[in-house]
Amino acid sequence: MFKTIVDWIDARIPMTRVYNMHMAQYPAPKNMNFWYVFGFLATIVLVNQILTGVWLTMSYVPSAEGAFASVEYIMRDVEYGWVIRYMHSTGASAFFVVVYLHMFRGMMYGSYQKPRELLWLFGMFIYLALMAEAFMGYLLPWGQMSYWGAQVIISLFGAIPFVGDDLALWIRGDYVVSGATLNRFFALHVIALPLVIVILVFLHIVALHEVGSNNPDGVDVKRKKGTVAEEDKTKFEFHEYYTSKKDILNDVVPFFPHMVLKDLMAFGVFIFLFCYVMFFNPDFNGKFIEHANFETANPLKTPEHVFPVWYFTPFYAILKAVPHKLMGVIAMFGAIILLALLPWIDRGKVRSVRYRCGLHKVNLWVFAISFIALGYFGGTPATAASDILAPVFTVLYFAFFVALWIYSKNENTKPLPDRITK
Amino acid sequence: MSNAPVDNSRRRFLTAATTVVGGAGAVAVAVPFIASWNPSARAKSAGAPVEVDITKLELGQLIRVEWRGKPVWVVYRTPKMLEQLGQIGDRLLDPESSEEKQQPSYAQNMTRSSREEILVAVGICTHLGCSPTYISEGYEEIVEGVSSGFHCPCHGSKFDLAGRVFKGVPAGLNLQIPPYYYIDDTTILIGKDKEGAA
Repeated sequence: MFKTIVDWIDARIPMTRVYNMHMAQYPAPKNMNFWYVFGFLATIVLVNQILTGVWLTMSYVPSAEGAFASVEYIMRDVEYGWVIRYMHSTGASAFFVVVYLHMFRGMMYGSYQKPRELLWLFGMFIYLALMAEAFMGYLLPWGQMSYWGAQVIISLFGAIPFVGDDLALWIRGDYVVSGATLNRFFALHVIALPLVIVILVFLHIVALHEVGSNNPDGVDVKRKKGTVAEEDKTKFEFHEYYTSKKDILNDVVPFFPHMVLKDLMAFGVFIFLFCYVMFFNPDFNGKFIEHANFETANPLKTPEHVFPVWYFTPFYAILKAVPHKLMGVIAMFGAIILLALLPWIDRGKVRSVRYRCGLHKVNLWVFAISFIALGYFGGTPATAASDILAPVFTVLYFAFFVALWIYSKNENTKPLPDRITK
Repeated sequence: MSNAPVDNSRRRFLTAATTVVGGAGAVAVAVPFIASWNPSARAKSAGAPVEVDITKLELGQLIRVEWRGKPVWVVYRTPKMLEQLGQIGDRLLDPESSEEKQQPSYAQNMTRSSREEILVAVGICTHLGCSPTYISEGYEEIVEGVSSGFHCPCHGSKFDLAGRVFKGVPAGLNLQIPPYYYIDDTTILIGKDKEGAA
């Protein structure tokens, strides 16, 4: 009976074939460690954001007059409205936590290197779309920080020579951030950008499955056809789409169930932390929802300190550290563009940090520390110490790319193992 | 299908012509979508001039009025404040207000105002659009030797009481002075020059 139904569907759309190709018969390197769970977690968070987002729109009023009150209405009067809103607001921050870890994994193990350049680029486009999505979503509660944060970020476009002021006016649709801005951000936040993100995630996965997953050793698990002895080949059955092009070493396991079970284990830990934040500290001490945002937007009064939400603060610190408006904006966007160009900045052939030179290990750690330090300085008021340290860490951030480009050309790497090590 | 021989140049011409026409159509269709993001007629009409009564304005006091959705400050400067404006020129980026688009010609003077003691300025930082804080006393903590001024909470830009920007801060322009004139002794109309439309 079940088989009859499956056969009936398979004759009409390739259900079983797609399931096998991308789940049950997709080869995943067996040495993938916990750093490889964040792609799965990001997908889960995306689903959470879409689901809770749809529910929030049912009670939210997208207008300058009604927005703030409707969020309070959701929090106080709608049944379980507070749960749904906090799932959404905590989800936004959780999204960036897992995405940043996911990106750092790619940097550690050289997952952006040939042939995964396009996979990396799709990932960077997702990151960009996600930042736009988060920024526009943050305006919607129409609190003080929503309002002034948007005012600052939109004014960044005003730094562009000649067309800047007109461009900023066009984005706002008014001379200052107003109800017109709120309504268009609502449209983009709930329809346009989620569609873009879902399509990009699809392309990201298509690109991943075409070139295959990298692993902590950065050693290929697929070899040229006819170069692998029969006893070294995998004993699992994989889809002929993969086996017909390459010989697959005995270093892989089917994605389902092996990797999925590992991912679910990580999901268990993740949901534990997520629920802790959501139920016990949903504004995360003013980091996930800033305190000034509990006051309704006032176009005539700027709060004492204006900071973006924590996930933008590293780039905000770079903007502040450069004492020139246009150069600051260029540096801020440059910091993101350089990340996207990593596949071409890194001229090395060895992927994983495990087998690269000592300088690369130091460089990578300095980069990670700089990013976190900039995030701290971008989210706290300026002090004498931060006026000195923020520019230093800005230089270190950019120095990562310069140094990488120089030493990766003739790098003193360790010998690569022939096969993955564990 | 006909068996006539293929005329490649004709095919190329037709492909090119279709592409051009289709492309022009796509551009034309894009116009309403892009233009609809511009300020609406309603937003533009909200840019009408506003009247401010300054009868009750006290020495050293700042009042905010809304013009085009932006905060506009009206400050009644004390003689001491005015005196200081002439003494700090070397610490300012543009003490002579030479950037023409930042003020109407009648405010292109040392006090950046048409009546010396009254400052009218758009209270939006020229860096990234926050509204600076007015500090009437104790500004020495922010700029040494200057007793009053404006300080932007977002990125620390500093302005004197004529809205002129200090050197070494992120903002690169003096605060904007809107077009305005005195209807009578105690009423200012903001958003319009005396001669005609703003």
